[in-house]
Order: sequence, then structure tokens, then C-alpha cells
Amino acid sequence: MASLDDLKKRIASVKSTQKITKAMKMVAAAKLRRAQESAEKGRPYSEKMNNIILNLSSGISDKENAPKLLSGSGNDKVHLCVVMTSDRGLCGGFNSNIIKKAKSYFAKIAEEGKDLKIITVGSKGNDQLKRAYGDKIIANISFKESKHANYFDAEKVGKMVIEKFSAEEFDVCTIFYNQFKNVITQIPQAQQIIPLNVENLEEDKSEDSYEFEPDEDEILSNLLPKNISTQIFKAMLENSASEQGSRMSAMDNATRNAGEMVDKLTIEYNRSRQAAITKELIEIISGAESL
Amino acid sequence: MSEDFKIEIVNPEKSFLSREDVIEVVLPAFEGEMGILKDHISIISFLKPGIITVYSKSGEEKFFVEDGIVEFKNNNLSVLTSSIFNLKDVNKDKIQNLIKITEDETNKSSISDQAKFLADQKIQVLRSIN
Repeated sequence: MASLDDLKKRIASVKSTQKITKAMKMVAAAKLRRAQESAEKGRPYSEKMNNIILNLSSGISDKENAPKLLSGSGNDKVHLCVVMTSDRGLCGGFNSNIIKKAKSYFAKIAEEGKDLKIITVGSKGNDQLKRAYGDKIIANISFKESKHANYFDAEKVGKMVIEKFSAEEFDVCTIFYNQFKNVITQIPQAQQIIPLNVENLEEDKSEDSYEFEPDEDEILSNLLPKNISTQIFKAMLENSASEQGSRMSAMDNATRNAGEMVDKLTIEYNRSRQAAITKELIEIISGAESL
Repeated sequence: MSEDFKIEIVNPEKSFLSREDVIEVVLPAFEGEMGILKDHISIISFLKPGIITVYSKSGEEKFFVEDGIVEFKNNNLSVLTSSIFNLKDVNKDKIQNLIKITEDETNKSSISDQAKFLADQKIQVLRSIN
């Protein structure tokens, strides 16, 4: 059995860990509020963008000549996966959920005999994927310097994706991120952004026709690259809200567990203290009796 | 009958401006300036660098945009742009700075004709407000 001194030390150490997890929870809660706010504020932009694209693409008459970002390159051989994770750990299952989702998708692609290329955004995803898929990772981007998800960063990723697409390095692009539902639930998502899945965007389909200036094709070919950046930005916002939410609940759990541990250790400490006192008393009494 | 319609300007980070009492908006559309009044036909167009002027009942406001998409439908005008600022909020230093950055860009040899055209346009507009 551990000595009294050891127990005392352990209690102190668990208590200080608890303090840290508690502080992390508070920080995550404050950051979560901000991240959630900006995720909500960012929604109108991507929704409007979707709507315009929907209206445009339904107006396009010959699908053959549609921009490649919309119709695809005609092949289905090389898949590019953009796996978006966080740069920091200690956030529960946040990163592993995305990785799990991504890995099952990778397995599916491998089964179908297609080629795979990976871009990781965020260092945690890179750490977890490089062991099994190191040779497939073509780029790793991390935004450790920027405090919040911002559009500028998203545009960088978007430009890179588009460049690689125009160089015909891949045919299909899918992004992986966590969608923020609430603090306890984040849903890992796989969203195909190239070619754009127009059928999935069915919102208020309007009957009235638009006037276009310049013509549809030109607008579309300008809009689609922007849409990719926008989708990536949306994923980044959802991700940062999810990360903070996930961290908050993980740290909440950790704090509670530490509390339970302190309780248990205190009981053990008191018991062994009592046992030591009793033992000493018995020694004294039996010593007196033997006289 | 009232003569006003709604405008919403959004950038990726937030909804930048939302007004319900707009009488006229002048946009720097890709093929020339375009004034929008109530009951305009549904239209989708691009923006080039320039000034958006919003005339509403509460007065007149001017914004500088670098790019964007406009959609007008059912008396709702939506402007999607990635870079916008209110002319009231900027000082000369910032504008000078922007001009300098853009000029550096135009001097690069790799720049495409269209990008150069847009950058020149931007410099022109920035000079005019300076």
C-alpha cells in the first residue's frame, strides 16, 4: 500500500491537473461562442452563392460545354481528398472522427482501384495520416499563425486545389470536415466539391429567368472557383466551432474524472491515516499491558 | 406605392450591410456602371473594382469593392463580395498602401491581361477617392 506521503502527493497532482482542464474548458467555451457566431454569420454568403450557382447551372443549355469545375473532367480516376483537422490536440474525438471517416473513404477508393491524393489542412491530421498514407500526401497546410479561420486562408487552399485541377492532377475532389451540430455532437462530413454536385443543392428552385451580364458561361466560370474557396471557408468555420465544442466537452469530462479521482484518493488517504493511528494505539496499549 | 427595396451585402465573414429602405443602388458592374431601381428585372452580374453607392431614405453611403457578384430578384438585391469597406472608415494612408500593393502587382511579368485590366481599374478608382 502506498505510503501517506505518496497519497498526499498524488492528490495534489490530480488537483492541479483538474485546475488545468478546468481552465482549458473555460477558454474553449469562450472561443466556442465566437467560433459559433462567425460560423452563423458566414452562412448567408455560402447559401447565396449556392443559390446563384443553382440558378445559373439550371439555365445552362448544353452541358457538354459547361465549365469543367461543374461537369468534371470526364474521368473518375484520381481522387483528391482535402482532410481538414485542427492544429491542436486535447479535443476529444474531434480529429480521430474526421480521420476515421476519411480512412474509410480511402479504403473504398483503393478497393475500386482508383488513385488517391491527399492534402491535409491542420497539423493533427497530417500526424495521424502520414504513417499509413505518407506517400499519398501531396501537401500539408497549417494555419497555426492565424487565430481565427479567415477567408484569406481558405482562398489559399482553394487556389491550390483549382491549380491542381487545371493541371489535371485529379478528377474528383472531396473535403472532409466536422459539421457543428451542437456542443456534444459534431458530424464528420465528406463533401464533394469538384465536380459540383448540383443535385444536392436543391433549394428554392425558381421559375423566373435571369438576365445575365456578361453571359452565363462567363459568370459561371468566374463563380465556380470562388465557390470552391467559399465551401472550404465554410468547412473551416464549421471545423473551428466543432473543435472548440469538442474540446469543451472533453475538458468537462476530464475535470469531472479528476474530481472523482480526488474523492477516491482522499478516502484512501483518510483510511490509511486512521489505520496508522489505530496501529500505534494498539502498540501502546499492548506495551502497557505486558508490563 | 413605396419606391424602396432591400439590399444585403455579405462577405464571407459576415453580413456586411442590410437595408430595407433603399431607393437606388449604383454598382460597378463588369460591363459598365449599372443603376438599380425598384422592380428591376432579375439579373446576375459581376462587379469590377469600383464604388457601390447606396441611396436610401436615411442618406447616401459609398463602399469600395474589389470584386463580387450581384443578384437582383423580387426586389432583393444581394451583393456577394470578398473585399469591401465603407469609404467613411478608411484614411488616406490605407488607400495609398492599397495603391502601392496593386501597382507592384501590375508590374509583375506573370500577370494576365485580364488581371492587369482589373488591377489598373482598381488603381484608378482608388486614386479617384483619394
